[in-house]
Amino acid sequence: MFGFLLRRLFVAIPTVFLIITLAFFLMRAAPGSPFDLERPIPEAIKARLAAKFHLDKPITIQFGYYLKDLSKGDLGPSMKYKDKTVSNIIAEGFPVSATLGLSAITLAVIIGSLLGGFAALRQNQSGDYAVMGLAMTGISIPPFVTGPVMALIFGLYLGWLPTAGLDRGQITFTHLLLPVITLALPQIAIISRLMRASMIETLRSNYIRTAYAKGLPSYAVVIRHALRAAVLPLISYLGPATAALLTGSIVVEQIFALPGIGRQFVMGALQRDYTVVMGVVILYATLIIVLNLVADLLYGFLDPKVRYD
Amino acid sequence: MLGTSQNAHKEELMEQAAIQGRSLWDDARTRLMRNRAAVTSFILLSIITVLAIAGPWVWPHEYDHVYKLNVGKAPTTEQWFVFGTDSQGRDLFVRLLYGLRVSLAVGVVATFVSLVIGVIWGATAGYIGGKVDELMMRIVDTLYAMPFIFFVIILMVVFKDFTTGKPALNILLIFVAIGAVEWLTMARIVRGQTIALKGKEFIEAAEAAGVRPFTIIRRHIVPNVLGPVVVYVTLTIPSVILAESFLSFLGLGVQEPLTSLGKLIASGAQDMETMPWTLMFPAIAMMVTLFCFNFIGDGLRDAIDPKDR
Repeated sequence: MFGFLLRRLFVAIPTVFLIITLAFFLMRAAPGSPFDLERPIPEAIKARLAAKFHLDKPITIQFGYYLKDLSKGDLGPSMKYKDKTVSNIIAEGFPVSATLGLSAITLAVIIGSLLGGFAALRQNQSGDYAVMGLAMTGISIPPFVTGPVMALIFGLYLGWLPTAGLDRGQITFTHLLLPVITLALPQIAIISRLMRASMIETLRSNYIRTAYAKGLPSYAVVIRHALRAAVLPLISYLGPATAALLTGSIVVEQIFALPGIGRQFVMGALQRDYTVVMGVVILYATLIIVLNLVADLLYGFLDPKVRYD
Repeated sequence: MLGTSQNAHKEELMEQAAIQGRSLWDDARTRLMRNRAAVTSFILLSIITVLAIAGPWVWPHEYDHVYKLNVGKAPTTEQWFVFGTDSQGRDLFVRLLYGLRVSLAVGVVATFVSLVIGVIWGATAGYIGGKVDELMMRIVDTLYAMPFIFFVIILMVVFKDFTTGKPALNILLIFVAIGAVEWLTMARIVRGQTIALKGKEFIEAAEAAGVRPFTIIRRHIVPNVLGPVVVYVTLTIPSVILAESFLSFLGLGVQEPLTSLGKLIASGAQDMETMPWTLMFPAIAMMVTLFCFNFIGDGLRDAIDPKDR
């Protein structure tokens, strides 16, 4: 177990380094600089700004500076917002994105596995077809359609929910409800399909027949015996799912004008705010790696056949 | 008497001749043909494709022609504005056909890019095995952990100025960027299948006959992994179409006056309060297209590997 963790960490370090390097050089290859404003500033000031951020040095030296700061845990100052550091910006945006993503994945896992389990128990009956039809709809309607449509219906026509932004910077239930549902819908669909397939396979295995044969009521068989094996594919999906959620949350933050880090990333990339882009990439890469690791550990915990040695 | 019994014997023989061996592919085709959703989707998708390709040739409006007197016109049979016009006074129907063209082309070409890279990579790694396999799959694992959408966004930003005014180059970049992301899963699937095939007698026979490794991969491995690959391809196309739409929605994809489904939906979402049809028609077109691909993919999977049904 400990060896497994160590080995994974050992692989993760070059991965993160590769991601940092790629992102750094790609971003610098973009034409333009962070100091190209609508109203041009004098060349002398531009040069001084560039010198302040070491942008006048060769790019490999800049990379060296960046790594040096990074090793001290310093993500550097924002090049666009004078009095903010990248850490400040992430600290502002991350709670919004994290709340959004966590609520969405929780909702998706609960509803998705319930629907999937239900469909599996009624395989090839009308209930199964109804759920799978719904799931297919969920996969086929992208969030940038459901988002605006729901905003139109519940926000503008019915006036029940706010359609954009936060409540004076505060994260509230009503402001997050529509974004969370938008983000969760495709995941609900995917999870219910996964759950149905694995539940059907589990219900056919010998030990389930044994459980029925010894006279257990069906709810006990399903909950105590089948569920544990059936959630395994779901667990291994959760790692990649978080990545998908991050992607989705960029769109959702854009639709509902939420000040999360996905939005800051897109803004940063468009405005050449190099350090902000790097900061967000590093944060997300680390998150994906950590969550994948957690999913693997959870897998081993639930599946007695898996051993980490 | 003798005559009739001879006749009966003959008939029996003819009947035997009529019974032909059925290959697994024949079985799969029969199962697929019985799947009404898949067959309907296939027909519908063919119609959509033909419309997208040939429609603009015969339609009376051009996709980039601005009708200054008909800005934001609701759907009407007058002047053939059957889907209305957009906020700039362009015919929505022909724009929708163009959007479908671009989205379908991106879907097919980017999937093809991922298919070629993935199959070659996976088959080579699986067939050669050992250290080479380990190295090649380690690279795939590393790339898997990357927050890819961020790299696609950075790529699009980097080359944005470079491709402005050159739509062909811009679309090519989208093909490459998305195709380069999607090949990873393909490589994993093909590798798994290849390893399973490697121990089979016919591969051994080919090796014994002195066939070169690359020829074995091309002639014997690749044709035999096609089943799962075809299924994955039909499921990759919709996810590529989604990825492109997502980029276009953020303003990083196809550029004006050219359009794609995502771009149409994005501008429709902006005008949805006053001109709901500009959101409705592209959204429906997108849904139907994705529905079709997903149903065909599901149908193919059930036909080739029918254990879930």
